[in-house]
Amino acid sequence: MPVPDSVAATEALLAAEGYVADRALATAVFLALKMGRPLFLEGEPGTGKTEIAKALAAALPRRLVRLQCYDGLDISGAAYEWNHARQLMAIRLAEAAGTAADRERVEHDIYDRKYLLERPLLSAITGTPALLLIDELDRADEPFEAFLLEILADFQISIPEIGTIRAETPPVVVITSNRTREVHDAIRRRCLYHWVGYPDAARERAILAARAPWLPARLSEQVVAFVQRLRSGEWFKLPGVAETIDWANALAALDAKELDPALVDSTLGVLMKYEDDLAKLRGAEAARLVAEARGG
Amino acid sequence: MSAAGALPANLIGFARLLRRAGLPVGPAETLAAGEALSLAGLSDRATAHAALRATLVHRREHFEVFDHAFDLWWRDPEAGQHARAMALLDGFREKTKPPPAARRVQEALHERRPAREPKPGEQKQELDVAMTVSEQERLRTMDFEAMGAAEIAEARRQIARLVLPLDDRPTRRFRPDPRGPRVDLRRTIRNSLRSGGDVPALARTRRRVKPPPLVALCDISGSMTRYAQILLHFLHALANRRARVSVFLFGTRLTNVTRALLKRDPEVAFEMVARILPDWSGGTRIGDSLAAFNRLWARRVLAQGAVVLLITDGLDRQGAEGLAEAAARLRRSCRRLVWLNPLLRFEGFQPRSQGARALLPHVHEHRPVHNLASLKALVDSLSGQPAPHRRAA
Repeated sequence: MPVPDSVAATEALLAAEGYVADRALATAVFLALKMGRPLFLEGEPGTGKTEIAKALAAALPRRLVRLQCYDGLDISGAAYEWNHARQLMAIRLAEAAGTAADRERVEHDIYDRKYLLERPLLSAITGTPALLLIDELDRADEPFEAFLLEILADFQISIPEIGTIRAETPPVVVITSNRTREVHDAIRRRCLYHWVGYPDAARERAILAARAPWLPARLSEQVVAFVQRLRSGEWFKLPGVAETIDWANALAALDAKELDPALVDSTLGVLMKYEDDLAKLRGAEAARLVAEARGG
Repeated sequence: MSAAGALPANLIGFARLLRRAGLPVGPAETLAAGEALSLAGLSDRATAHAALRATLVHRREHFEVFDHAFDLWWRDPEAGQHARAMALLDGFREKTKPPPAARRVQEALHERRPAREPKPGEQKQELDVAMTVSEQERLRTMDFEAMGAAEIAEARRQIARLVLPLDDRPTRRFRPDPRGPRVDLRRTIRNSLRSGGDVPALARTRRRVKPPPLVALCDISGSMTRYAQILLHFLHALANRRARVSVFLFGTRLTNVTRALLKRDPEVAFEMVARILPDWSGGTRIGDSLAAFNRLWARRVLAQGAVVLLITDGLDRQGAEGLAEAAARLRRSCRRLVWLNPLLRFEGFQPRSQGARALLPHVHEHRPVHNLASLKALVDSLSGQPAPHRRAA
């Protein structure tokens, strides 16, 4: 597996997949790969945390296994589940064939790997080398974090009926969190930590150039200037990079060559998603920001 | 690797520097940092900074302290041995580390002792001594002196006896229950094998329940001081005996005191609270404080159907500017918003103040909270279903 051999090489590798990483992020990714540790990415929604994992999986290349977390996620949703229907069938067949009396044998037969349904965590440690993306860990609850610790420590899963399944090739692990809840220290300590912030203007322009190369240069320049100014204000929810890209694409779809107040007003819903924010921004405030973005 | 010999020693010095500043850096982190540095190289400052931060720091709140320490260390790897650098970092620790309980005991023994004068040598150091002294002052004003020892002791006992609310919400996890509504096939099959291939009895499960997160926003402005002191005891008991409780205090600014309150001993906890509070018993800006909560914390602590206790008398210094909007937003982000108002104790309380008028239409419930009886009633109501929404007359 071609692991990049320097921070610069990691940066280039991600760039080739259309992900513009800053030096700190490239360093964290490089170290995670070299040291075989999970990468814990925390940051506001829409700052490209999930995209890092996708770009990395494409670049290495590795099979991307994604586990979307939610409240109440348990072993049968995250790791494995027995195929009960097929197990019951096997028991009935054994009865019909008259071999059910040999209990040991039936038990051995129905707890076979072929009756095991793989869920993302088990899938990530078996089969071809994988990149395991544990997405939005903050949405899962504390008991799930405790379960995750075993997997992150040794890359193995214990199944009571079979035994322990160990990873042939340890997966590259990327964990993301939107901070709707504090993830426990025990998880943090096992990971390399990186806070994904909003990009500065230069990097955001580079991201737009990589992700939406069809945009007119003037428009993308002004979009970035507008969003950057917007982020310095006090809003309930600041727009992330994902919103910037969406908005730029929306403007391009309307054949815009430049920002103008009327156009901005009619497309603000792509950028800001809360009515209080929109009400505050629409009209005079938006016009002021447009003037600034066009001027500078 | 010519620098291999010198590197670990420097790094150990750096780790010591961070620990001194109050960051939880253990041997495991230091080892990982050593590995990271040898992989990423020391040639470039930005890379070294990123490599060390990724391995030594686990949360964003610690970035600022780390960055300061890194600056010191990068300029002078021997910084760990200089008193001035140490003093600077000690300043951070004041904010992150709990004071030793022993000091609290000493102060209790010499209650009326005047604030300690800084010794002549101390002022030369780049440490804000004045800050610490005034914090000590605030700490003194926080004690329950005004209420009389017997009353406090009694109130505390009462609070400790309050049975905490069990307003359980269904979760998406299941537990075994012979009369549960859901069949657990995995267990059924295991059981059936034990009895020889039959399906003897279906193993059943039922949903687990657990209390929702609780968030308390407590007003500590001048008009609320008396109640805030007692209520802090209540919140302390709550935070320590129930999972997922967050406590915020506000006057003119909002402060998260959850971690400080989680100290078992209430006295140590309140001392820490006093330390991190910017304003104890100042004016009130309810609107600003709620807006700040919405912006900075709502998404982090209100997930999974939280109940919010807003403790204030609604007397706002700014004439309730922005309060209605902020309260409306808060109501939409939580499952239940309860306003605890000590002024409600008066018969025929009318929401005359602008703050109260702005707040009332947006809360699910409006309850008195001026004595132990009302606290008890609050606890009872938290265990039940939300009362029908009361509106201003």
